[in-house]
Amino acid sequence: MNTPTNLKYTKSDEWFDAASGAVGITDFAQSQLSDIVFVELLVEEGEEVTVGKAIASVESVKASAEIYAPASGKVSAVNKGLSDKPETLNSDPFGEGWMIKIEGGTAGDNTMDSTAYEADCAGRAH
Amino acid sequence: MATIMEPTIFELSSPGRTGVTMPASDVPEVALPPKDLLRSEFPLPELAEVDVVRHYMKLSKFNYSVDEGFYPLGSCTMKYNPKINEDTCRLPGFLYTHPLQPIETVQGNLVLMYELQEWLKEISGFAGMTLQPAAGAHGEFTGVLMMAAYHKSRNDSKRTKMLIPDAAHGTNPASAGMLGMSVVTIPSDERGNVDLKALAAACDDTVVGMMLTNPNTLGMFDEHIEEVVALVHKCGGLMYGDGANLNALLGIVRPGDLGFDVMHINLHKTFSVPHGGGGPGSGPVGVSERLLDFLPSPLVGIVEEGDGDDMAPLYGFVTPKHSIGRMKAFHGHFGGGLVRAYTYISMHGPDGLKDISQYAVLNANYLQARLRGTYKIPYDRICMHEFVAEGSFEGSDVRALDIAKRLMDYNFHPPTNYFPLIVHEALMIEPTETENKDTLDRFADALIKIAEEAKTQPELLHNAPHITPFGRMDEVKAARELVLCCWLPENYETLT
Repeated sequence: MNTPTNLKYTKSDEWFDAASGAVGITDFAQSQLSDIVFVELLVEEGEEVTVGKAIASVESVKASAEIYAPASGKVSAVNKGLSDKPETLNSDPFGEGWMIKIEGGTAGDNTMDSTAYEADCAGRAH
Repeated sequence: MATIMEPTIFELSSPGRTGVTMPASDVPEVALPPKDLLRSEFPLPELAEVDVVRHYMKLSKFNYSVDEGFYPLGSCTMKYNPKINEDTCRLPGFLYTHPLQPIETVQGNLVLMYELQEWLKEISGFAGMTLQPAAGAHGEFTGVLMMAAYHKSRNDSKRTKMLIPDAAHGTNPASAGMLGMSVVTIPSDERGNVDLKALAAACDDTVVGMMLTNPNTLGMFDEHIEEVVALVHKCGGLMYGDGANLNALLGIVRPGDLGFDVMHINLHKTFSVPHGGGGPGSGPVGVSERLLDFLPSPLVGIVEEGDGDDMAPLYGFVTPKHSIGRMKAFHGHFGGGLVRAYTYISMHGPDGLKDISQYAVLNANYLQARLRGTYKIPYDRICMHEFVAEGSFEGSDVRALDIAKRLMDYNFHPPTNYFPLIVHEALMIEPTETENKDTLDRFADALIKIAEEAKTQPELLHNAPHITPFGRMDEVKAARELVLCCWLPENYETLT
């Protein structure tokens, strides 16, 4: 499992890059969901989001999941290409699979670092 | 791989071939409607009758059904459907009636519906019952409408939240969502019960109610069911029971007695009405005293009392005082659902129904006990009519889906997989009461052998099934590239 150390993580498997403002789902999340077949982004550029707001809906062959904002702030970009290529979330969750950018966003109190997140995943996997 | 191809019926078509030869017309010809009202392109297949019969006969052999083998699809209660049901629902008196006939001419049908209402009330412990809903989710929607109507009648407009456990069927949040309610997920505790602390924290004066399946989708009877009901009632909410798992409770526990206010009953699960392609379903809804006035209309009732002697009562239709209205055209799935369920209940009687649930629970516990050492059972206690195992092994890349597909090579229908969502790589197994010990043993043996194969020959599982007409389907392609029509009009490109 890949867990970049420069990112913040939530228990609900989102990541947040404080440097770029990018938000996405983790490698652990995509592997649990397995093949992702649909992505719908629920927010638009310029919209204000707060921690915990549903920003996207993801559906795999196994399950569907809501993706929640891990930070509060203004949405400065959305990855529009994602809905045509949902498999990007499986192949590159921390790169091309970014969902939205939250400009100058402040990470929620519920976020943790990569070590704590890995421990949390290990506790859930079995 | 044993791939047997059968072309589609459109591919078998040959221009000009027909099933019947029409005689020469012996009536005057009439002009067709104007040309712009006619379609020239209407590609109906052209085949002889014998070719159509053979085509569908071949396709039917690709099918797998309860009549062919074991079908342990968790939460679906795929029990054997007795053939006597097929006789009774085809009795001419039921078959050749119309829902708009005067009630005096269909008294037999009405008596059957009235008695079925009464029996289902007795079985479930509710004060009232509607037979209208077409299936389980329709029953849920009916129930949630009544809950909303109840709060509205009390001018209690703050209530917008529906509490739903994380083990719930997906239809529960969908039903609440359809009425614009917001869904609050209540986690399960370590023993598979509703987490009481989380429930207490969510209970306030904005709660419409709670939708609870008991036993839940883990096959667990909630050990604190009375506390759960009390918490919801205390904050003014109503308890909705999802009756999908009623097969575990017949003659043992009545949801109405536990304090549930409303519940749907799946006649196509518990009461042997065929489903899973053999439908239609039927989802009667029972209610407690305080929801009686809100039941859909019409209900079957006695419109003129008999004299208890020669004169039988006259059965007809009645409308509850604050009815939410009609939920379905006519009176529910009469022949397909109600007559079959009536037959099943009358055939078994009260003691027989209790036997059904006891054997359903015994069978599930027997299978769980046989698989316990081989598969991880995350909520490991005495189960009810079903249980959930994990379809994965330490250090192996074999997954629940691989195990499910491999079971097909052993001639078993796979269990429900990846549900409930709270179990990692879930395999949800519900044997039902209609299976004998030999079948259960063969199934357990197969699963144990598959666990061994997962260690020694994982590829065998990854590529399964091997003996079916078609091998592993491409689920991603199936989900992403939907083709919902059998042919595309010539101007398709310009339409999209």
